[in-house]
Amino acid sequence: MAMLTLENIAVSYDQQYILKDFNLSVEKGSLISLLGPSGCGKTTTLRLIAGFLDAKEGKFALNGKDYTRVPVNKRNFGFVFQSYALFPHLSVYDNVAFGLRLRKVNKADVDRRVRRMLDIVNLSGFEQRFPKELSGGQRQRVAIARALVIEPDLLLFDEPLSNLDANLRVNMRVEIRRIQQELGITTVYVSHDQEECFSISDQVAVMNKGIIEQLDKPSTIFKYPKTEFVARFIGFNNFITFDSRQENGNVIELQTKGRTFRALHGEGRGEQKGLKGAIRPDDLKLGTQEELGVDFNLLPGKVKVSTYLGRSYQYVIETELGEFTVNKEMEQPYISGQEVLVHFPIEKLIVVE
Amino acid sequence: MRQKNRGLGLFTFFIYLFLLGPLVIIAFASFEPGSAMKFPPQGFSLKWYQNIFEVSMFKTSFITSILVSLAGNLLALLLGLPAAYALSRFQFRGKAALNAIFISPVLIPGIVLGFTMLKYVIITYNLPVYSALLIGHTVIMLPFIIRVIASSLANFDFAVEEASLSLGAGRLKTFFTVVLPNIKSGIIAAVLIAFLESFNNVDISVFMTGPGISTFPIQMLLYVENNFDPTIAAISVLLMLFTAVLMFIIERLMGLSYFTKR
Repeated sequence: MAMLTLENIAVSYDQQYILKDFNLSVEKGSLISLLGPSGCGKTTTLRLIAGFLDAKEGKFALNGKDYTRVPVNKRNFGFVFQSYALFPHLSVYDNVAFGLRLRKVNKADVDRRVRRMLDIVNLSGFEQRFPKELSGGQRQRVAIARALVIEPDLLLFDEPLSNLDANLRVNMRVEIRRIQQELGITTVYVSHDQEECFSISDQVAVMNKGIIEQLDKPSTIFKYPKTEFVARFIGFNNFITFDSRQENGNVIELQTKGRTFRALHGEGRGEQKGLKGAIRPDDLKLGTQEELGVDFNLLPGKVKVSTYLGRSYQYVIETELGEFTVNKEMEQPYISGQEVLVHFPIEKLIVVE
Repeated sequence: MRQKNRGLGLFTFFIYLFLLGPLVIIAFASFEPGSAMKFPPQGFSLKWYQNIFEVSMFKTSFITSILVSLAGNLLALLLGLPAAYALSRFQFRGKAALNAIFISPVLIPGIVLGFTMLKYVIITYNLPVYSALLIGHTVIMLPFIIRVIASSLANFDFAVEEASLSLGAGRLKTFFTVVLPNIKSGIIAAVLIAFLESFNNVDISVFMTGPGISTFPIQMLLYVENNFDPTIAAISVLLMLFTAVLMFIIERLMGLSYFTKR
């Protein structure tokens, strides 16, 4: 049973809809990420769930209880901010104890729970420090402890790692995932960093212009994007627009300009609606017909640009179906102007809307 | 290059001479034993300092000034704190206009403001002198209260407020337990700056004071019209010390960057 549900939510600002007919459901105990470029509505969705924003239409429920009109301070959700938002005038201990004291928890229990939570986030011994005496990573861990200690019904993260440096980001996201799984708490996580979302989430919702383009497991999204937007966002740089398609068993045949390409159907690939073929630069192959050893999904072209990337070369190949970017490791690189065949491996060509 | 630096040094020296020279002269002159101000002084005496406390009008007007400044300060704070908070925290229609209205008393010449208030508020409603002074001083303190508190709120991350809400505190509780402690030094600085502004004010007060009731600066003005002895120099020295102490506290609380920023 879904624990968190958003039904037909609409949010508008200055008569402009940021979200409209928005639906989402999250399983109990899982971590879902909202991923997308800035302005896609992911933060709006999170702030709506938190209660900082009001829904104009629609319903938000958690464990069967309607929260749509419950004010933010009566929701018992933990929120972790991008800027950490620690109370500057309070010590680490008092920051974490803040929510418990509001709940009139007795002093001994406050002490026990604060110390246990600081232990979980590896900050024992820092009780008397003030936020300005901590590093970014430590601050973020205090913020997480502060949000978790109230035993929230839902945990919300708003780009929590974007102010940290690269190494720390990787460590912190492992930490966040560990704590989240240890406590089994349902979590909504917002980020614009796909690697971060994919590494941490049970499910990822890729958002664009206020709608969810795709909601799936990270590995499914990575391999089988559903729409052109998702495909582009996760690095499918090459697209072919087709005119028609037929389904033939587990093969989809697609045509354009008298050429036919084949893609696979089934095996967790979803419906593959639409008339666009998408493929990553790493998955395209170059060579002669003998080298490639296949007789379909081939397209003749000419090398336009060749760039050295270190581990491989990147080529831009000009063909009658447009330009394609190909990454290829080789000792003897192709030179500009050289004629070459581009191969679209059948298992790597994905059909998107 | 050296030539240029020497020119600049000389220029700076003269600026300071013009700014501080008169203050130094006044300070020396206040110790003059004779009955007319002289520089350099012909001796050393504290008798004019003593004289300040013997003129009864100085004492009563000093008390009036302190009372008006303190009460006006309290009123201005009660009005200005919520205003500064709203102007910093929320986006709304007419915000710029509202901001301009709150700041206008420092932009309008004091004489104009004082005269207008006298003619259209004090006389129209036939207000007693104390009420008139209180209203006038509240109005001139308000912009300082709002500006200083707003600049303190500008450094406040309002996500902290949201954090408090999400942890279960109501709006009012959040304001008093989270916002207020973090802008405390800004509020104290605002109160002190406004106090100085009010305590030193002449141009508004001159329209509000009435028979037998006067503020301290007005009393000083009346005194120099009739007396030429160094009492006024002695008062000036004490006021300078008083101001310096307050400014020192303000600097410690917020830095004086507030004065350069605007």
